[in-house]
Amino acid sequence: MTTLFDRVWDAHVVKQLADGVALLYVDLHLVHEVTSPQAFAGLRREGRRVRRPERTLATVDHNVPTGERAVAVADPVAALQLDTLGTNARDFGVELFDLTSPGQGIVHVIGPELGATQPGMVIVCGDSHTSTHGAFGAFALGIGTSEVEHVLATQCIVLSKPKNLEARITGSRAPGVSAKDLILALIGKIGTAGAAGHVIEYTGDAIRALSMEERMTVCNMSIEAGARAGMIAPDEVTFAYLKGRPRAPTGQSWKSAVERWRALRSDPGTRYDTQAQLDASQVGPQVTWGTTPGMVADIGGRVPDPAKLPEPEREAAQRALEYMGLVPGTRLEGIPIDRVFLGSCTNARIEDLRAAANVVRGRHVASRVRALVVPGSQRVKAQAEQEGLDRVFREAGFEWRNAGCSMCLGMNADVLGAGERCAATSNRNFEGRQGRGGRTHLMSPVMAAAAAIEGRLVDVRAW
Amino acid sequence: MVTPFVRHRGKVAALPRANVDTDQIVPKQFLKGVERTGFAASLFFDWRASPDFELNRPAAQGATILLTGPNFGCGSSREHAVWALAQYGFRAIIAPSFADIFTANCYRNGVLPVRLPGNEVDILMRNAAHGNYELVVDLAELRVTDEQGFSTSFSADAYGRELLLRGLDEIGRTLLEEPSIAAYERSHS
Repeated sequence: MTTLFDRVWDAHVVKQLADGVALLYVDLHLVHEVTSPQAFAGLRREGRRVRRPERTLATVDHNVPTGERAVAVADPVAALQLDTLGTNARDFGVELFDLTSPGQGIVHVIGPELGATQPGMVIVCGDSHTSTHGAFGAFALGIGTSEVEHVLATQCIVLSKPKNLEARITGSRAPGVSAKDLILALIGKIGTAGAAGHVIEYTGDAIRALSMEERMTVCNMSIEAGARAGMIAPDEVTFAYLKGRPRAPTGQSWKSAVERWRALRSDPGTRYDTQAQLDASQVGPQVTWGTTPGMVADIGGRVPDPAKLPEPEREAAQRALEYMGLVPGTRLEGIPIDRVFLGSCTNARIEDLRAAANVVRGRHVASRVRALVVPGSQRVKAQAEQEGLDRVFREAGFEWRNAGCSMCLGMNADVLGAGERCAATSNRNFEGRQGRGGRTHLMSPVMAAAAAIEGRLVDVRAW
Repeated sequence: MVTPFVRHRGKVAALPRANVDTDQIVPKQFLKGVERTGFAASLFFDWRASPDFELNRPAAQGATILLTGPNFGCGSSREHAVWALAQYGFRAIIAPSFADIFTANCYRNGVLPVRLPGNEVDILMRNAAHGNYELVVDLAELRVTDEQGFSTSFSADAYGRELLLRGLDEIGRTLLEEPSIAAYERSHS
């Protein structure tokens, strides 16, 4: 019995180094400005080259300003890091989508957009949300900078084979319930370390019913459950998404690729190391109340009372509520917010922007709220502008920005002030993640859009 | 080059918190540089602003072993977190569990993650609460001991252990596999 993950793993073993430890070949290496400079410096120091520049793709995303592109980057430290990637890309022959490129964007948005992300690949990047690419049936994982250097030099990575967890999600979603709600509910159920040491394979009719972009949202947050990676077996939805994309195969090689990709699935009746289940029909819109993505509840719920939680969770919940400025028993619906962030590699693709635009069309952001839309890539931005979504957002009082990671991690100027409360479509509500002292509530794009209009957390199903 | 780790005796600092993420270990504003050095001051930057923070206590000064809660190092893949811990002076971290990417980063920077059962971590937390508590972490023997008779074994990832024990240059080692890599590429082109 073989799983999807086993198949991809086995096909990439260059050499078995020890029991369970293999040298794996990397098909696609994505690079960005923050976790690569020390890796390239290491290559230079040792006189090493990039083994396969054509399998390496670089972009700038983490610290880029999202304002006017014609203006020089104001932060000199960030500017040096961006310039360093430019120099490294040129010196080592790596393709770079820089600030002036129409192809620039968040690394996990542009890989799929280009069709560079394909089923059955091993994909790595010095970024934990590399799990996003698993939506195509790739084994895609985040790595550290030393490993980035290793992959640049050898096109391989040394890994201990993780275990395999099946997350079976069944049933149909109610209107107003998004892919984001499914993954948040799953993390709430299994915990932020619930999939540690595992690769998750998402299965079940609720997963099959998702669009490609929704699948990316689900796989993106696999890391928030502690997983090494998330995967979804490719199907007609996958092939339809990829067909005709710039880096996808064409003609006869497209046909043979699809034939190969169809074999990428787990054998029926396969036993996984670990199992988890979720009934999608029981999931409502989710909102986090704490400082880990696992501290999450249905919008109809209340802020929990730490005293009533089991002992290991009590202290963490107490700390979280103190940081979040929330009182136990408070209804989540109605909590006032100051900021809204529509963006990130989790939820800033065209479908996310369309869904959010539908909520805000003809309405206006509450006077107390400052709201930001940061498209995942410049191509997503261009597409949205072609559809007139930028006008919808602007007329509703949102700021319409250029692509980047932006306020997901606040490395650029887009940050929360201390005590500011934000409805965010991103992936992490850690202390200080969006700015020191900032308070993050994670949710879906439609929930964040509705919160922007009302100036408080609301149940989008009532709209 | 990895700093070898064979056996280390050192003072313990306790940080009894669960799910300490790498955003706490090194906040984002310190990720804009292009060097691997200079991270000691950024370790737990926001938390250290509070005088009550565990590592600010006199008893924690000079500690080289960090004792902490489950799922340590979760979140972002930033290796800067391990650079900061190492440059601050930590050689080993003991916890009930660690995040996967963080663990891989530790092996490549001479820092040993030691996974012990929760009840044993609790015992060590109580011992460390009195201050000036020392442990010996032995990677060759796979044992953690103190002078008062505490002794336990732990397991380590075989590959990570080898990297640490021998302070291996991982890239140099993989480059020796060139014939296998080239053969793989030939059969998959």
